[in-house]
Amino acid sequence: MTTETAPSTHEKEHGMSDAGYIRIALILAAITALEVSTYYVDFGVLFLPALLIMMVVKFVMVVSYFMHLKFDNKVFSFLFYAGLFLAVGVYIAFLATFKFFLQ
Amino acid sequence: MTDVTHDHASSTGISNVKLGMWAFLGSECLLFGGLISTYMLYRGRVTGGPRPSQIFDIPFTSVSSFILLMSSLTMVLAVSAAHKEDDRKINLWLTVTALLGATFVGGQVYEFTAFYKEGLGFSTSLFGSSFYTLTGFHGVHVTVGIIMLMSLVGILKRSKVPGKKAEVVEMIGLYWHFVDIVWIIIFTLVYLIPV
Repeated sequence: MTTETAPSTHEKEHGMSDAGYIRIALILAAITALEVSTYYVDFGVLFLPALLIMMVVKFVMVVSYFMHLKFDNKVFSFLFYAGLFLAVGVYIAFLATFKFFLQ
Repeated sequence: MTDVTHDHASSTGISNVKLGMWAFLGSECLLFGGLISTYMLYRGRVTGGPRPSQIFDIPFTSVSSFILLMSSLTMVLAVSAAHKEDDRKINLWLTVTALLGATFVGGQVYEFTAFYKEGLGFSTSLFGSSFYTLTGFHGVHVTVGIIMLMSLVGILKRSKVPGKKAEVVEMIGLYWHFVDIVWIIIFTLVYLIPV
């Protein structure tokens, strides 16, 4: 016997159920464990790229699913990512001015 | 009891409150971007006092990071409960979120105290100044979030929510998740990448 229920208003609007949020949290926890493992295990040349990729994946997952940006109006995405990319661009230029990347 | 409801929808059909919150979070990216890049620039400038690798306790900070990450889950469950109009679960998840946040802040206070005892004061080195400024600003943001969460629990109990209940919970949720994503960046760039 199946016990399927109709999706709630929240699920219709945001495309996620509570079980979905728990799944996302478990993935985030697993990525965090992988990040911490880089402190103990030698990843060689992959160390820095792997850490940065995992950081970006976690960031995007929280913003997309927990903050609902993936399911919300695109204007909100524009407002947030405009601020984010402006910050990244300005501060990469700032760090380049101080020859940070040549150290 | 009924909520006092004010409709914030604009002519575009987008909530003004939500629009304002996302614009605020976009601007916060610039604030933390400045603090993070200043830390990156100065983290190797240690003329006196301990170096980052000598004082960072990665297992301890990893547990703190995990706690803050899980508080994002409890926060999103509170938002979900608000959309389902389940008051009991809203209060439960908001309180759990505040407790997890308080645990994180407690951990940060312990960490700062331990670092100070090991010789890293605010003005010991450029590394110390930029580290305390960055993580301190983040800690203050978490503390403000905890105050907002506990205030919301009190307001909800008195049923005096200004506006739509689900929207108010969602706005505080957005702020809380933002604090979490800032820590995701700090944890990697400050703690896990060695100088």
